[in-house]
Amino acid sequence: MTVLLFLIPIALFLGGLGLLAFLWSLKSGQYEDLEGAANRILFDDDKKL
Amino acid sequence: MGEVAHSVQVPLNGPALKDMGANCCAGGAMSLAQSSGPAADFHEFIAANPDAFVTRDEDGNALLHVLVEHMHCANCIRTIESTLKSNKAVSEARVNFSTRRLLIRWDEDQASASDLVKPIIDLGYALTPYDIEIMQSVSDEEDRRLLKALGVAGFAAMNVMLLSVSVWAGIFSADMGPSTRDFMHWVSALIAMPAVAYSGQVFFKSAIGALRAGRLNMDVPISLAVILATGMSLSETIQSGEYAYFDAAVTLLFFLLIGRYLDNRARSKARSAAERLLLMKAVAATIIEADGSHRSVSADAVTPGTLVHVAMGERFPVDGEISKGRTTIDNSLVTGESLPIDAKTGEAVFAGTMNLSAPVQVLATKTGDNTLLGDIVRLMENAEQGRAKYVRLADRIAEYYAPAVHVLAALTFAGWWLLGANWQVALFQGVAVLIITCPCALGLAVPVVQVVASGRLLQSGILVKAADGLERLAQIDTVVFDKTGTLTEGRLDLINQAEIQKEDLDLAACIAKSSRHPLAQAVARMGDETGMVVDVEEHPGRGLSTKIPQGDVRLGSREWCNISADAGDLSFGPELWLSQAGRKPVQFLFEDCLRHKAAETIAELESLGLSVELLSGDRATVAADVAAQVGIRQWRASVKPEGKVERLQELKKQGRTVLMVGDGLNDAPALSVAHVSMSPSTASDISQTAADFVFQGRSLSAVVEAIRVARFSHKLVVQNFGMAFLYNAIAVPLAIMGFVTPLFAAVAMSSSSLVVCANSMRLKAKARENKE
Repeated sequence: MTVLLFLIPIALFLGGLGLLAFLWSLKSGQYEDLEGAANRILFDDDKKL
Repeated sequence: MGEVAHSVQVPLNGPALKDMGANCCAGGAMSLAQSSGPAADFHEFIAANPDAFVTRDEDGNALLHVLVEHMHCANCIRTIESTLKSNKAVSEARVNFSTRRLLIRWDEDQASASDLVKPIIDLGYALTPYDIEIMQSVSDEEDRRLLKALGVAGFAAMNVMLLSVSVWAGIFSADMGPSTRDFMHWVSALIAMPAVAYSGQVFFKSAIGALRAGRLNMDVPISLAVILATGMSLSETIQSGEYAYFDAAVTLLFFLLIGRYLDNRARSKARSAAERLLLMKAVAATIIEADGSHRSVSADAVTPGTLVHVAMGERFPVDGEISKGRTTIDNSLVTGESLPIDAKTGEAVFAGTMNLSAPVQVLATKTGDNTLLGDIVRLMENAEQGRAKYVRLADRIAEYYAPAVHVLAALTFAGWWLLGANWQVALFQGVAVLIITCPCALGLAVPVVQVVASGRLLQSGILVKAADGLERLAQIDTVVFDKTGTLTEGRLDLINQAEIQKEDLDLAACIAKSSRHPLAQAVARMGDETGMVVDVEEHPGRGLSTKIPQGDVRLGSREWCNISADAGDLSFGPELWLSQAGRKPVQFLFEDCLRHKAAETIAELESLGLSVELLSGDRATVAADVAAQVGIRQWRASVKPEGKVERLQELKKQGRTVLMVGDGLNDAPALSVAHVSMSPSTASDISQTAADFVFQGRSLSAVVEAIRVARFSHKLVVQNFGMAFLYNAIAVPLAIMGFVTPLFAAVAMSSSSLVVCANSMRLKAKARENKE
């Protein structure tokens, strides 16, 4: 069962990454205009980099 | 797409905007812009003093937050953003489509706020600057907090469940050693405890608040169950016990937070719709100084005795009498009369009515809150205060459920203890009862239905403004309609087009285009563009005149065109005549047409078992005619705003629950006194603010649709509660007897929540069925 000592931390780490990504997206305002985001995909011109 | 967006950047005037809107937006969205008169007014924006709202960021750039009205689709977002960005001074322009807000960041040395927004207003979008501090409402914060808590609880629930499933599998296959199980429990504890401490605060705070006030709410048993389950599982883990309830504690939090988040979102959406409408109310007035110069001030700042200039197409900002000029006034929003009236010097005008045909000077007699409009608003506020606060079904159930749960858990604990179990075992059973009864399914029963129902209504163009509106709408047994603008379109349409020669119609349309009079606009709508340029003179109260190569042409009243009093069809009310040299005069007849599907809607409402009534501010003959056409047997005419309120209160005393559908300012008090209310999106701002539902589009069938959805939602909510209780009825006895293990609790809880969600989704399935 020593394999658990690796697997559980790995599972937790990956889950934790997901949680951090969610908190980051929340903080950067990506949930603030869901309707607008749905409409913006219709703009098909490329942004200049 | 690029070309299209750029072509609309050419400044357009009002009517052209409407055309653009018709192209860019589907369905009834544009009806809003059409009804509110001049779509956007630059002076109104300036009168709101935008510079006062400009703030600065760290880099010294200026920031301005504005609310944008008349924004309907992707193209609108794009047009606004690209128009602003084409100005070199602008570094950021971002539209938030959900909240209809716009943020502009720019260099103030290069441009002023009003320079920037002028092109947007010229495109027809009405802008109102707002203070970010005030609008950054508590509910936005609450939303984010709930979402964060939800994320943390979700993470914890997934990982703890992963470990718990291993433990349960180990029990079944009987090859997991106690040390591995303890290890799993310890890891679960490490994940669950911080998560409970963080995400659980939402419930703990509310529970403590309720206890301090000496009440019990649903959050008290939730908090108790979560805390006790975690604490007990920890002590079991320390003692190397067999059962730990960490998974139950965190999944419970996760499910309940989903329900809480959905509920909060529905409420904050409703609130932001109301706030938006309130902000749009600000009006400006142009006062005339002693030296004859004009100055724009807020309407509230005008004092009686001041001379006010009211341009064509503007609303009167004050009550007063006309001191110079002659015009036609559209009273429909204030009195419900469909035909505009002629007003000469010395006649009284009222705030909120619209000046249609010529600029006039008005001597203000009553201003601010003392106007007729102010009286109506006050009446509405009184009515709102008088309305008993509605207690939602879920809250009423919680009132009985929470104490019952506590008593059951306490009895279980006492029972086991008295029967000789040691106190730890007894406590364990008591907590198991608390966990099992915890209202996961109950917490989801209402919010999930609400979200699905609001989504479905939004697809049919109906906006749910009050969070408990659907629940109240399901209870109604009487529907009261207003006439002008509700049963009817609120605008006059030409009805004898077939009898008029195409040539005459096009000529009349060409002349009529220049006038805002509803009759002229009705003619202008019907004619084709001939490309003929004419110089039209408007003679308020009489008609229009112009010169074409063939001679003089007049379009207007019977007297204006020198027609004898008995010529033409006399049976109809509103008419226009077209006279020109060498041709027979032509009569145009008009009628305020019924809304699309009005008669069908009334018939359907009656087939749903509702009694229907008409309350109109218009004359008896007109009201009777409309009532007969749509098939309403009960009607009253010439009802004043107070009269409408009285009638609704009378109905209430008879034990009726009433849905009021109305659009005018004169309906606003009645809308707020009714059990539940609805108004078309063409209604006055105040009425839309007062209404619980706002529907778009020209069809009245939205009323039936809303009632159907509300009734079906109510049925689903009741079913959901029924299922939640059924689940309790089976699981609680088992828990009391001590047969419940963590696995059993997890399965029971998740399955009951899933069943409730699946049941709510039936509303969506039914919507699809209806469409096919």
